[in-house]
Amino acid sequence: MKKFYLGVDLGSTTSKAIIIDEKDEIVGRGITNTRANYTVAVEIARLAAIFNARFYLLKKQLGEEIEQRPEFKQYIEDIESVFEYLQFEKRSDLFLAALLKTANASFNGDIKNKVTHNIEKIFSTVKPKLKSEFIDGGLAKSNQFFRDIISEKYNEEIEKLDKELFEPMTLIYDKSITPVENEMVDFDFKELVYQSMGLLEEKYKKLAEKSAGKTSVRFDAELNILTGNYENVSGSLKKHIDYIADFDLTIANMVGTGYGRAILPFPKDSIKSEILCHAFGAHAVFPFTRTVLDIGGQDTKAIQVDKYGLVTSFNMNDRCAAGCGRYLGYIADEFSISLNELGPEALEAEKEAVICSTCTVFAGAEVREMLNMGEKRSNILAGLHKSIVMRAMSLIARSGGVKNEFTFTGGVARNQAVLKYVGQMVAENYGTDIKINIHTDSIFMGALGAAMFARRASLQKN
Amino acid sequence: MSENVKKEKSMILQKEMIGGLFKDLGNAKESGKKVVYTFVPGNLSELIRSFDMLMVYPEINALQSGMRKKSDEYIKEAEKWGHSEDVCTYVKCDIGMMLNGNIGPTGEKIPDPDLLLLSYTGCFTFLKWFENLEKLYPGVPVALLHTPYQENGEITPEMTDYMVKQLKNDVIPKMEQVSGQKFDPEKLKTILQHSADTEDMIVKIFDTTKNKPSPIDAYFAGVYYIGPINIGFRGTAEATGYYKELYSEIQERVKLGLGPVTPEGEMKEEKFRLVVEGPPNWTSFREFWKLFYDMGAVIVSSSYTRVGGVYKNGFRHDPNRLLESLSEYCMGCYTNMNLKQRVDMLAQEIVDYKADGFLVNSIKSCNSFSAGQLLMMRTLEDRLGIPVGFIESDLVDPRYFSYSNIKNRLESFFQMLDQRKLISV
Repeated sequence: MKKFYLGVDLGSTTSKAIIIDEKDEIVGRGITNTRANYTVAVEIARLAAIFNARFYLLKKQLGEEIEQRPEFKQYIEDIESVFEYLQFEKRSDLFLAALLKTANASFNGDIKNKVTHNIEKIFSTVKPKLKSEFIDGGLAKSNQFFRDIISEKYNEEIEKLDKELFEPMTLIYDKSITPVENEMVDFDFKELVYQSMGLLEEKYKKLAEKSAGKTSVRFDAELNILTGNYENVSGSLKKHIDYIADFDLTIANMVGTGYGRAILPFPKDSIKSEILCHAFGAHAVFPFTRTVLDIGGQDTKAIQVDKYGLVTSFNMNDRCAAGCGRYLGYIADEFSISLNELGPEALEAEKEAVICSTCTVFAGAEVREMLNMGEKRSNILAGLHKSIVMRAMSLIARSGGVKNEFTFTGGVARNQAVLKYVGQMVAENYGTDIKINIHTDSIFMGALGAAMFARRASLQKN
Repeated sequence: MSENVKKEKSMILQKEMIGGLFKDLGNAKESGKKVVYTFVPGNLSELIRSFDMLMVYPEINALQSGMRKKSDEYIKEAEKWGHSEDVCTYVKCDIGMMLNGNIGPTGEKIPDPDLLLLSYTGCFTFLKWFENLEKLYPGVPVALLHTPYQENGEITPEMTDYMVKQLKNDVIPKMEQVSGQKFDPEKLKTILQHSADTEDMIVKIFDTTKNKPSPIDAYFAGVYYIGPINIGFRGTAEATGYYKELYSEIQERVKLGLGPVTPEGEMKEEKFRLVVEGPPNWTSFREFWKLFYDMGAVIVSSSYTRVGGVYKNGFRHDPNRLLESLSEYCMGCYTNMNLKQRVDMLAQEIVDYKADGFLVNSIKSCNSFSAGQLLMMRTLEDRLGIPVGFIESDLVDPRYFSYSNIKNRLESFFQMLDQRKLISV
């Protein structure tokens, strides 16, 4: 029987789960936003990783076939998107019920009627839109969480309503979102996959009708499915899907890490410091790494590792979390833009505005003053990104500087503007011949390290 | 302390000694004894004692206030009085305590000073501290003994001469004036002999950490052990008696192969041996200690227990070189050593006591001695290849002790040591 190992990284902003096989290969990834109920956050991340692992194993099972038949690949990707949607839909239904319940409990008379009426109206507008964005668009792969997606749509809609409704609609949103997020929803992989296949059939049928005689379909793979072939595709994949759905994905051992690690329902020796896990994960991906920088939600870690990936020294921000991921979140709120838009806009800057404050809140005041003075938003954003990196560089210096290869991990490593300044400042301070590693899985490095520790601990025990 | 922790004879002895000291201080007005305020590093307790005067150590009062959870209130009082948030918290705690009636740790009022003796200047805040005390006690004479810093890592004859001159021309005349007694070299000679005996004992005691398991914790328990020698009992037969008793108790632990006694009970398994630089946090002293206890970490040597005098290198108060040896004692304190000397000393201890790791507890409100600590740490790491760790807290301002953050860093540090042990096996 194959053995799998789970690593969970319960961070202050996101909870990540990684499943690896007996060769330390990543087979599944799961991520969600950390919420008041840590157990739910971890469970959601874990389930997501297990579902993801099943899809991974499915693709692996199909092996070469998938390479030769692009329509298989396309079909599985489509299933994954629908699969995501179905989970989203279930939580969205719960949220709708919670909103209505809260509205009924919070208001009376006319306002209650108006609010409940508008909630239903909003959902009837938003639901098909979201379904289409998930199934036909790229929303499933956008790295956004339930709260982000639903709040964006909800806010868009309530802005269109009468002003008098804005406050009550916001109030019931705030009251309802947290309990719904903290609720565990049971999903059965097989059931969801079957439902996904059903929905896909509808999709392709419609598309086939629409595109009959036209060649303007998206690409060949889709074309292959569409040209009357989708039933064949799903037919030949079904036995594999059944096999994978029933595949025994028992976790042989697990390790938890992250700032919330002490709360994880794991035995004491299965809880590891995130310093060790991030370093171990980063080193596994880039074995020549000697310095790891991790910028997470509330802390920045500069870590030195040896040739085995073991930590030799580290430094963390103390007392103040300015310059971490949450700082970016706060700044995004100040500008009323989403977190994902920060980096790209900062990259458009002509110069970096100088931000002096080391305090997040004061930096906010500085930003407003600069906007008043007519400074361009992109320049201010560039300055803010640069200041984050400057703080990180000071920690790196304290931990012993950059040695050999440098690997940047954590959620903030996804931000392109931060990457730009990290590159610049590492080159300025430690020379241009330092290799800088960034991986698409950078946010998962802690969970990966944890999973690898889980595997090693299990080997030691046996 | 937990119920099951047996009070050793030395603990009782120490409690009696300190109780007696504060009682004497409480009765100073009635007994007519004069009171000298002075600091621990480079203290001239033998000289003060030779004039039959009593000593008050403001920084000891501050740390005791921290341990008794009083410092928060005192610091706020001093801040109301105009001291900034960044000022040394020992100073603020001390000033706040004075503003609050100067009630000492035993509940007795600490008498006002008859003399302010500033015998050490390596910490520049000490100067400012006494300037403030002068304002609080107008008209009290101040004696200043300038201690030259060991800039080049040595004590030259000129430096000693310079100090002896100050003692002869300024400090001793002021003491004679305040005490109404003539300086008595014979009396000082006897006192210095006791000092040397005590110093022999304390070196032996801190050397017992060479044993595995270490019978004592040289930091958390160490601060209790250095109590008598640092707060005025150096130079007394009482102190020598206390340390002899303590030493024999420790010897007994060594014989039985026992680990250190802690407030949580006896340390059962010694997992890590550490050398620590920097004072402990006083406001959460017990929680801080427990973090180490829980992880099976024993501190086998700490620089903090040397701030009141370095004796391991062979220095002893010398009855045949009265004022010279007092001067050399002042100049030889840990905090008066240059960075290279400090690093060399720490490196030697890491080797001598077979430490697995080196940890710095840096003090937020202490500019004088937090400077250079990172450099010291890096140098030790490079020289010895020893795993190092760095945490920050404060002496007596509870606002600067973040339990969860310190715990998080210490956990990472200990897990790092654990891993490194696996590799070296």
